[in-house]
Amino acid sequence: MSLRLTDYRGARPTWCPGCGHFAVLGCLQQAIFQLGLPPESVVVVSGIGCSGKIVQYYGGYGVHSLHGRTIPVATGIQIANPELTVIAAGGDGDGYGIGLNHWVQAMRRNVNITYLVMDNHIYSLTTGQYSPTSRKGFISKTTPKGSAELHLRPLEIALAAGASFVAQGFSGDVKQLTNIIKAAIEHKGFSHVNIFSPCVTFNRINTFEWFKERIINLDEQDYQPGDRLQALAKVMETDGVLTGIIFQEERPLFHNELAGIKDQPLTKTPLALTREQFDQLLAEHRC
Amino acid sequence: MQQLTWKVGGAQGEGIDSTGEILGTVLCRLGYHTFAYRHFMSLIKGGHTNYKIRVADRTVHYHGDLTDILIAFDQRTIDENREELHQGSIVIHDAAFEPQGVASIQTCAVPMRQIAEELGNAIIKNMVAIGVTAAALNLDPAPFLQTVATRFAGKGEKIIAMNNSAIQQGYDYYRRHVQRRFSLPTRKADEPLILISGNEAAGFGALAGGCRFLAAYPITPATEIMYWLVNHLPDYGGKVVQVEDEIGACLMAVGASYAGVRAMTSTSGPGFSLMQEAIGFAGIAEIPIVIVDVQRGGPATGLPTRTEQSDLNEILYGAHGEIPRIVMAPATITDCFYRMIDAFNLAEHYQCVVIVATDMFLGMSKQSAAEFDFNAVKVERSGLISDESLTKLQPGTFKRYALTESGISPRSLPGQANGMYVALSNEHDEHAREEVEDRHNRITQMQKRFRKLSPFSPSQWGTMYSGCDEPDLLLVGCGSTYAQLSEARLALEQAGKKVAHLHLQILAPFPKAAAAPLIAKAQKCLVVDNNFTGQLGMLLKREIGFHHKYISHNRYDGLPLTVVEITEKASEVLS
Repeated sequence: MSLRLTDYRGARPTWCPGCGHFAVLGCLQQAIFQLGLPPESVVVVSGIGCSGKIVQYYGGYGVHSLHGRTIPVATGIQIANPELTVIAAGGDGDGYGIGLNHWVQAMRRNVNITYLVMDNHIYSLTTGQYSPTSRKGFISKTTPKGSAELHLRPLEIALAAGASFVAQGFSGDVKQLTNIIKAAIEHKGFSHVNIFSPCVTFNRINTFEWFKERIINLDEQDYQPGDRLQALAKVMETDGVLTGIIFQEERPLFHNELAGIKDQPLTKTPLALTREQFDQLLAEHRC
Repeated sequence: MQQLTWKVGGAQGEGIDSTGEILGTVLCRLGYHTFAYRHFMSLIKGGHTNYKIRVADRTVHYHGDLTDILIAFDQRTIDENREELHQGSIVIHDAAFEPQGVASIQTCAVPMRQIAEELGNAIIKNMVAIGVTAAALNLDPAPFLQTVATRFAGKGEKIIAMNNSAIQQGYDYYRRHVQRRFSLPTRKADEPLILISGNEAAGFGALAGGCRFLAAYPITPATEIMYWLVNHLPDYGGKVVQVEDEIGACLMAVGASYAGVRAMTSTSGPGFSLMQEAIGFAGIAEIPIVIVDVQRGGPATGLPTRTEQSDLNEILYGAHGEIPRIVMAPATITDCFYRMIDAFNLAEHYQCVVIVATDMFLGMSKQSAAEFDFNAVKVERSGLISDESLTKLQPGTFKRYALTESGISPRSLPGQANGMYVALSNEHDEHAREEVEDRHNRITQMQKRFRKLSPFSPSQWGTMYSGCDEPDLLLVGCGSTYAQLSEARLALEQAGKKVAHLHLQILAPFPKAAAAPLIAKAQKCLVVDNNFTGQLGMLLKREIGFHHKYISHNRYDGLPLTVVEITEKASEVLS
């Protein structure tokens, strides 16, 4: 039976009309559909926040995990069964605030997952507090006189931490975003995709228009994503407001670098020890 | 009981552990029942560390209150262990110092350091101590030499030869200069033995119980579980990840379990605290998970290398919100093995969190134990829906959290067609597609989750009872205090007291049906807790009642209980 796009549809979204996350959901569904991945072979793991609800609206296997904890859950699933396509998805507060440590570790490990960060520069589900990616001076309910912090720069961190695929998309450009997500899923290794996904309710500064006016699209430039140093320079020279695939390289995959059998799902190993195996283990403890 | 206790002590970094390990290995090889306890500090060089071995004519789960032979490399070893010495003890000390404070006890000086230095390296003074030990115990040095050769096989002939000379010279010196000899028990073990620690037994039990994934963060005194599994899981199709923290460790195991692997994490108090939110998540999403908490002295960093049972409250009640959970507290090193197998079967069957509460005393002590029984190992799969059953369903109709009579619902795994669902940390309905806040749904899902464990009652091992039916005093404990309580009960019986011993290996769901009648029949109960606030005592009051019967005995100095403190307290209560 051939697959239809509707095979990848879950619950009806409750996001605000006009929310950038609709585009992320649509592009994710398109990307998986276009890659012809059977719905049951994909697991989406999300965190908590408006972004985290994507797993409910995407209609496949999923885990709606805890705030900031998408990465360890996704890593566990990926190691347990490398035959699955594992996608982690969350927001900027979820991934770059409470969950930052896990993200950095997963990039240096090169866990074979795709991580979509819906970056709207604000905490929205809690109705509007500044986030790690909010620019300094950003006025929110918890920063009535403006945020005192320099904003976090996810692309530079991803490049420095050793991500093997770094890209940035924009909810206002679904064609490019779909292509980026497809490339990220196809990439073997940790794919970091930061997505400018504006919040239309609580963030009156970083709007669709704000991004449109500033974004530099790498697809429109003669740019090759094979050099980490060049990628870093590009990100810095554009102040991080660029879209496209910024960096990509091949590196050994974490689940295969761990001691054990390569690419074999742990789910497929026999659980009961044979008498011979049991005796062997006992023998190690005999004196 | 025929028994002998031996202890070696010195500064950390002086090879104290190796000394104990070598003697333990030789005694096990010779077929003796032994139990060894490691006392150490949270530092690498200096301080005080000791290694104690008790040899007995039967299986013992405790290293004993007293020390017969104390080998002291420094005065601090004598100071720290003087209370364990008795009139019949001998203190064998390095000739480099004159021992203080042991006037009434036989002492003998052996130039252990000097012999080692003359052989080329002061560090091998511990091997001289091995030779001294062999001579004092009237044992042939040959098996010691063999053990050292095996242990240092990778270090080259020269090192082995030097160590062997040290053993031989220590042996000769003691034989020439000291008359005193000690007898080992005449009765040896009837069955083949293995030398294993509680942590190793827990790792072995996990593998035998079908665990194929461990995610953990290093922490004393739990790391040996990780060592055992990282050295074995990969050979059996499993994997181990050292995660960045315990939050991640627990959730990585939860993720792996969601994907269908039997998964676990191992930790101690500080790590366990970080896992609380993940525990609640596994509870509401009904993802099986096994967590071992090798308890240590808390709170915060507390006493990181000492033992305590002070996480009981957190283990029983930790995590916000309410979830069903199973908490077991293995009583012995052998129990660590079997309970881990139970833990994995139960976690999968009930799709719930299973916490195995051990402690530093149980986890890091080493015993020559009877070999584990292959025939007693059963991996029982349950709750997983087959591909066949799923394909029979209309697409989109699978109910992951179906409201069944037992509360246990069929579980699909990612990769299975037609079985898709979202494991939500939010409340959800039977289909588990999205969060649901409807109040009627909330009630039915809460009831369903809590219904799961209502039939669970592990009568065979959950409660252990020994002694008379209607005791004047019932000794009650859980987990690792089993050994001291058993010995105390025997000692009190021999003194003519009407006592019994109730030991709990299951704390949640509380085995009320089994425990309540036993407590009802006792005049008084002495509840022994290895913590300050009496957490087991509080649990008994909460679950059973009989508040007027309980007398507490609490130890919270970071050390395991002694038999004598229990018998003294019991005698005081009975008089």
